[in-house]
Amino acid sequence: MAKNYDLIIIGAGSIGLPAALEAAKRNASVLVIESEHGPGQENNKKAIGGVRATHSDYGKISVCLRSIEIMKSWHEVYGDDIGWMSNGYSYPAYNPKDAQTLQDLMKIQHSYGLNIKWLSPQDYNEIVPGIKQEGLEGSTYSPEDGSCSPLLMGSAYYFHTLKHKVEYRFNEKVIGFELSGDKIDTVITDKDTYVAGTVINAAGNYARQIGEYAGLDLPVYPDNHEAGITEPVARFFGPMVIDMRRAPGSANFYFYQNNEGQVVFCITPDPPILGIDNRSTSEFLPLCSKRMLEIYPRLRNLKVRRTWRGQYPMTPDGFPIVGRSREISNLINAVGMCGQGFMLGPGMGELLARIVFDELSDSDHRILKSFDPYREFTGMEAFK
Amino acid sequence: MKELRLKEHPILEVPDYEYISFYFNGEKLPARKDEMISSALIANGINVFGHHHKDGTAQGIFCANGQCAKCTVIANGIAVKSCMTKVQENMMVKSADGLPELPETNDPVEFEPIEELETEVLIIGGGPSGLSAAIQLGSAGIDTLLIDDKHELGGKLVLQTHKFFGSEEDSRAGTRGHEIGKLLAAEVMEMSSVKVWLNSTAIFVFSDKKVGVLKDGVYKLINAKRILNAAGAREKFLRFQGNHLARIYGAGAFQTLVNRDLVKPTERLFIIGGGNVGLIGAYHAIQAGIEVVGLAEAMPSCGGYKVHADKLMRLGVPIYTSHSILSANGGETVESITITEIDRNFKPIEGTEKTFACDTILIAVGLDSLAEFTLEAEAAGIPVYAAGDALEIAEASSAMFNGKIMGLTIARDCGVVSEDIPQEWYQKAEVLKSHPGKVKGYQNHKAEEGVFPIIHCLQEIPCNPCTTVCPTNSIHTEDGSLMAVPLYSGSCIGCGKCVLICPGLAITLVDYRKDVQNPIVTMPYEIMNYPVKVGDELSLVDVEGRFLLKAPVVQVIENKKVHTAMVRVQVPRELAKQVVSFIVQDASVSEALPNAIVAERASDDAMICLCERVSVGQVRELIRSGITDLNQIKAITRAGMGPCGAKTCEVLIKGLLREEGIPVENVVPNTKRPVFVEVPLDKFPNGTRS
Repeated sequence: MAKNYDLIIIGAGSIGLPAALEAAKRNASVLVIESEHGPGQENNKKAIGGVRATHSDYGKISVCLRSIEIMKSWHEVYGDDIGWMSNGYSYPAYNPKDAQTLQDLMKIQHSYGLNIKWLSPQDYNEIVPGIKQEGLEGSTYSPEDGSCSPLLMGSAYYFHTLKHKVEYRFNEKVIGFELSGDKIDTVITDKDTYVAGTVINAAGNYARQIGEYAGLDLPVYPDNHEAGITEPVARFFGPMVIDMRRAPGSANFYFYQNNEGQVVFCITPDPPILGIDNRSTSEFLPLCSKRMLEIYPRLRNLKVRRTWRGQYPMTPDGFPIVGRSREISNLINAVGMCGQGFMLGPGMGELLARIVFDELSDSDHRILKSFDPYREFTGMEAFK
Repeated sequence: MKELRLKEHPILEVPDYEYISFYFNGEKLPARKDEMISSALIANGINVFGHHHKDGTAQGIFCANGQCAKCTVIANGIAVKSCMTKVQENMMVKSADGLPELPETNDPVEFEPIEELETEVLIIGGGPSGLSAAIQLGSAGIDTLLIDDKHELGGKLVLQTHKFFGSEEDSRAGTRGHEIGKLLAAEVMEMSSVKVWLNSTAIFVFSDKKVGVLKDGVYKLINAKRILNAAGAREKFLRFQGNHLARIYGAGAFQTLVNRDLVKPTERLFIIGGGNVGLIGAYHAIQAGIEVVGLAEAMPSCGGYKVHADKLMRLGVPIYTSHSILSANGGETVESITITEIDRNFKPIEGTEKTFACDTILIAVGLDSLAEFTLEAEAAGIPVYAAGDALEIAEASSAMFNGKIMGLTIARDCGVVSEDIPQEWYQKAEVLKSHPGKVKGYQNHKAEEGVFPIIHCLQEIPCNPCTTVCPTNSIHTEDGSLMAVPLYSGSCIGCGKCVLICPGLAITLVDYRKDVQNPIVTMPYEIMNYPVKVGDELSLVDVEGRFLLKAPVVQVIENKKVHTAMVRVQVPRELAKQVVSFIVQDASVSEALPNAIVAERASDDAMICLCERVSVGQVRELIRSGITDLNQIKAITRAGMGPCGAKTCEVLIKGLLREEGIPVENVVPNTKRPVFVEVPLDKFPNGTRS
């Protein structure tokens, strides 16, 4: 006899883990099915660790504001150290056009109540000492954004879900659904079958495939990004630095110093490298180090300790796809986080629980408009 | 202050060095020009190089091989690995206390294009196997690039001052390791199709089939059609109380300091591990004038060759079998060691603890193949081969042989050579890597006339130079094989060649020709740093170091070429066949302290990850909560996230998982990622891309 669960979550990652905790807190019986050998072992652990609410739309801003609240108070509420630091985000502008774009965005961000300001090059040098001044127009600075360890956060969620009796099946792959009418009756894996009340598709890279099992076409296409981390050194700069300019071979790149003192860095290849390939390439370090040292020569002596490769499960417009399926009434998709699953996760977990248990507020409905699975996907996220 | 350097060495030549000055924490100190900062510090008696940023405990030399970062110091403002950075005139060196400050350099960085090179074969590692393979590839005229991260070729051969085992024909048995290294290197340098890059560290084999190499501090990319991983092995570490103290390190690191850099890092040494590495390390220590307080081995007998263990015991070094280390005791650095007897399940037996004063502990508990380049090349789809310790842990004699086989195999796969690899090569490679076999009794020598050798080599090992060196062809192994024990039968002329060539110092001559009642015994001796002259009264011992009698030296014949002397004593005929050598280290060196120091704290305080200071207890707790994935253990505790890249802790954590009864198949290994060693960010930018 297949075992029965109120909620089955596919994917123990940035979205699945928080969703599991929030659902379990409501005394639901929850099963998480994960094809990897443990929690957070796909793209969750590959996240850079930056968390910002300074997006350009109501949905992401609201969810991430909530994520920041959760992470900031995590130690107080749950007792674990997740390495949270309110070190802020900054977008330096090295040409007037970018400065204008950023300042225009700030108006929208202010209208949503975000704390973001414009710093002069001199003031920016105070928080990122030694940053290249030549051509610098100024920078945004949002001091309440921050960072924490994806590794500790993922583990903390996992252990708290265990306390709430969430069950896990690792090394197990969902290979289909048994549908009855407009509902998923049974989740079929390569090892077993499970009867589900509600199913959340939080399968990250594999979200599209899971959608197909339910007859849906979810436009989620992973592309590859490489990242690196250095040795730890004494704290020497404050915020996340995001250079949004394009250069041959790359779009934006970013770096920050985490609470261990290590500098974490990542670059967005241009054109994107589609697919899933976790092997490191010889291109990444030469490309990323050059761009970093161009704007921040002080990093020169910092030793690279490790690099890795992961994926952004992208959607055509850069916004996540979150909501209850119209075709399959007990399936909720929470997919296509576009590389922001880690920062969206905690807030998204709560939102998903409210979807499952029909507790959505007016604000939630407004948030979900940003992530509407049935939108046209014609726009493009302005503030990546 | 006394300079802790070797002024003379019984085997190695001590060159005349040029001296320079540098500063450590403001104090002006002498250094040898071109030596590593770490060796300069150790020579000045400085063993604490800094303090860990997590717990403030002392850090010092550990791998002496550029693999970890425990020897980090601040040199002219920049945090560097002191074991890989040469000291410079007036260099300002500071201890690395806590997290280092990044220098405030704001000048723009100049970007140079990254050079890309093509090669048919890339050999990573210029030790015995890499060099042997290069000779094969060079003979076939195949375009080969051999890279090595050290300043000279030879790999660990450079550190081997002892005579090699094996056979003269296949592995130059009887010749000292460092000399073999030079011979092989010279042969490689003659090969016109082989290019050698020294001071060149492989960083990673990337998925786009390029190998990142840092050559003399300049980053290059190599497109290699085939790769031979001959990168060797790394030393295993142990969990025990106090294992984080400064002055605990591997026997390899020790040999680097003593035999390469000619510094004297310790006065009183204790060694854990009775494999060949530990036994030879102890011998090298004695040759450097270092007191070896003792050696402990967990098994009921040493895993290394019996001749090595016997040699040590004869010198007066006690070997404690069925013993393990309980704790290293001291404040910042080692002040003493506590060992304990262990039962058949390796559990300490209470009440058997012994504490010995010592300033340094060597851990020589085995090696682990350096497999990452093989795995990376496989993932990238580049045909890859492995030889030497990177393939399988064995003696250097075996590494030379399988390097030769791999070299020819690659030449065949390149389509350049068509001849088959001789079947006997494979057989010999098998024999050379054999573990020691049975221990036999002495050959029964009834005769008490003339002159003949007594062979004290009683254990089957792959070694036979005594059989090939004898001019009268009077020594043969039992069945003619390399492994079997050598036996004498024939007509000895007393030339002493077998005495001088035996790597185990396990052949003596007994000469009855002058005095049947008091024959003359000729013993090999190669630690002239404990000088012996005619008339000296020696404490003669049997094969395993048991005292037999005292007798004066009647003759010393030095042989400068082979650095082995023949020391002659005249002894009563009843004992003559038993005499093998004499004690050089006073028994007082090995005395235990009157009261054993037994720590009260739980052994789970021992560090399992030295880089991130993660304790055994922290990891054990996770394992007991059901976590058997090393990636997850890393994520939670940071074990494996430090500068050495899980090179030390991975084996320890796997051992702990085993101890906790987790089947191997349930253990998920760490994901290996670039980079092989930490590299400054400014080495990587490519000046051509944007």
